[in-house]
Amino acid sequence: MDLTFSEEQDELRTVVRSFLTRHATEADVRRLAADPHGHDPWIWRRMATEIGLQGLAVPEEYGGSGFGYVDLGVVFEETGRALLCAPYFATVALAAEALLRCDDEAARADLLPGIAAGETVATLALTEDAGRWDEPGIRLTAREEAGSWRLTGTKTYVPDGHLADLLLVAARTPAGVSLFAVTTADAPGLTRTPLPTLDQTRKQARITFTDTPARLLGTDGTAWPALARTLATAAVLLAAEQAGGAAAALDASVAYARIREQYGRPIGSFQGIKHKCADMLVEIESARSAAYAGLWALDAGDETEIAVAAALAQAFCSEAFTKVAGDTIQVHGGIGFTWEHPAHLYLKRAKSSEVLLGTPAYHRELLAARLGI
Amino acid sequence: MEVDFGPAVRDFRDELRDWFADHLVGEFAEHRGVGGPTDGAAWDVRLAWDRELSAGNWLGVGWPKEYGGRGLGLLEEIVFEYEYARADAPYRATVNALDLLGPMLLAMGDEAQKKRFLPPILAVEELWGQGFSEPGAGSDLASVRTRAERDGDQWVVNGQKVWTSFGIHADWLYVLTRTDPDSRRHKGLTLLLLPTDQPGVEIRPIRNLAGQDEFAEVFLSDARTGADMAVGEVGQGWRTAMATLGIERGTTLLPQQLGFEREAEALIDLARARGALDDPMLRRRILDAWISVRIMRTTNLRTLAELTAGRTPGAQATTAKLYASTRHQQLGHLAMELAGPAGQIVGEDYELDTRQRSFLLSLAETIYGGSSEIQRNIIGEQILGLPKEPRP
Ligand SMILES: Cc1cc2nc3c(=O)[nH]c(=O)nc-3n(C[C@H](O)[C@H](O)[C@H](O)COP(=O)(O)OP(=O)(O)OC[C@H]3O[C@@H](n4cnc5c(N)ncnc54)[C@H](O)[C@@H]3O)c2cc1C
Repeated sequence: MDLTFSEEQDELRTVVRSFLTRHATEADVRRLAADPHGHDPWIWRRMATEIGLQGLAVPEEYGGSGFGYVDLGVVFEETGRALLCAPYFATVALAAEALLRCDDEAARADLLPGIAAGETVATLALTEDAGRWDEPGIRLTAREEAGSWRLTGTKTYVPDGHLADLLLVAARTPAGVSLFAVTTADAPGLTRTPLPTLDQTRKQARITFTDTPARLLGTDGTAWPALARTLATAAVLLAAEQAGGAAAALDASVAYARIREQYGRPIGSFQGIKHKCADMLVEIESARSAAYAGLWALDAGDETEIAVAAALAQAFCSEAFTKVAGDTIQVHGGIGFTWEHPAHLYLKRAKSSEVLLGTPAYHRELLAARLGI
Repeated sequence: MEVDFGPAVRDFRDELRDWFADHLVGEFAEHRGVGGPTDGAAWDVRLAWDRELSAGNWLGVGWPKEYGGRGLGLLEEIVFEYEYARADAPYRATVNALDLLGPMLLAMGDEAQKKRFLPPILAVEELWGQGFSEPGAGSDLASVRTRAERDGDQWVVNGQKVWTSFGIHADWLYVLTRTDPDSRRHKGLTLLLLPTDQPGVEIRPIRNLAGQDEFAEVFLSDARTGADMAVGEVGQGWRTAMATLGIERGTTLLPQQLGFEREAEALIDLARARGALDDPMLRRRILDAWISVRIMRTTNLRTLAELTAGRTPGAQATTAKLYASTRHQQLGHLAMELAGPAGQIVGEDYELDTRQRSFLLSLAETIYGGSSEIQRNIIGEQILGLPKEPRP
């Protein structure tokens, strides 16, 4: 029964947390949030070279260190806690995962080592103007001409799409949904427009393709199951990130409730505040359970369980983080409502990640479908 | 609902499953899922079932052999509870002694007490009630006033206890008493074992809101027990009592919550049959109920995994009760809503159906074993380190 963290995983957590305490301080977060690029390549390189974060769960044959999803989940809890401004979710949870799931060994061998080494920033371009994360939402078309493929259409809400070196693009061919790779450095007909985001700590872009050459990954028309599986993994990792963000927000609430005094005593000694904080912890521990169940299912490789646990995790953790982040502002009173205080950064991350991979209602319906309800 | 606890316990599990298949039959099988920590239904059948378990040597899986147990480990105990819940066997009538008193005696009792009391618990020969609460001491247990005085080689006990679960069936009570009349709060308390079969003990049933005589009030008037019946040191009863409460708040949640899971699944079937799944509001609540029970399961498994790995359980071990009790109440409300107008009607002699019972009895879960408010205080102060409430 391997439902607890090992000493190595505890150690990993300590290492990642201490790295982020140094390199993702509130000042770093604010600096990068205000920066349209939104990401510090120096820190990104350090993440790869000092602790190998980008390649943590990439198999060794592709230049990674071959750890499991529970390990990766530990990292996401920590990046969520720190509100790390880096294309980590886009690169690791979406793009690397899509490569691992797609049926294309050559592409994996070509593309994953760059990701693992921290040389490639990558993302998955799936959603379009309708903001849908399901199969019918994919409308952008790909056509084949003399053995090579070209994409035409628009993707939007693409996480870190403005700076990615590598785009994995879901497109429709006469055979069905297919996955393509586009290297942005040398792609004609590619226009990328950064979108001004509510959550400035995670940027998004709108990307237009006009007859842009692309590399087909795997077999034409068969990509949807791999994409659905990628989204399930990403949902679980995002849930871990959300649990971490919520935990940091509660820590801030508790620290403030201990020192802020009204009526001659710390506000944390009043049950109105104490009980609110206790309820936040209940939400967080429940969110952790939801996320961990997903991570354990991923490592066990049980596909039915993965599908259920992933939808459950997104439905629950999304709302839990938003609730905790909102309560954090309440516990802080007026100061919590200012731009200067970090509470709003968590609230905005929470609300945006709540819909990043589809709304909680959408995930409830995925869950219902998977349970046959 | 499958968890693999590894090869080491697989034989044990298989033996247990076979045993359930052979013995959970007839009247016992008809009483699947009956009972609960606050549910006195079908008492005689459940007692007979406990004796059946005892005859199979399944009670006290983790207790030492010398006291009649199986002498196995924590993991086997957990597997037992898990399989027990999975088989949906009737809720054990003797759960109080098995889950609370027994472990407390094993941890803090003296050798004579263990020898005297543990075997009859496992043989289902003596039933026990927990006499902690009093009319003036509920959440604030440190204000107990029941007094015990030494008279030669005996204790003489005077006072009143209340809400004693299954008290009318109890042959013995473990009571928290004040043995130092000048003491205050949690000092000067002693935990005593007291036989009920004597003139000084009067037990009156209290009818609970579901119409059952599940708990009782206990009047102690010069009730007597031996001087050797103090568990732990005299004057240190608070520590002894807290050890029991720690057990109550910990491992006993798992089987209960597997029961909740079953209730949620039954609700989904009912909702499907009624076409309620097409109603978006109900649909959402049903899915949330399902999500809650799944989260309860994972939370418990996290704690159990930590325990079996020899680690100190994390915060989730403390938040689990608050989450489970609150969410189970929501499940109860939902069950009543799905029952619709039929939920208004009970059987002869106020006989409740499973939905009505689970709805009504779920109201106790946020009160006993530490109310939700007390749980929030504990979480706030002991886990989050928030300042204590000023106490006069
Ligand atoms: C079904 C059932 C079975 C039980 N079985 C047993 C048993 O076998 N043996 C036994 O000894 N006891 C038993 N109890 C008693 C149980 O432990 C107490 O009911 C419980 O501790 C609450 O105490 P009380 O009823 O006196 O309520 P009170 O303590 O008076 O509480 C009333 C309300 O005030 C709130 N409150 C109290 N103190 C605070 C505070 N400091 N801050 C905020 N809110 C507060 C409570 O949360 C509650 O909402 C049982 C109770 C029930 C319902």
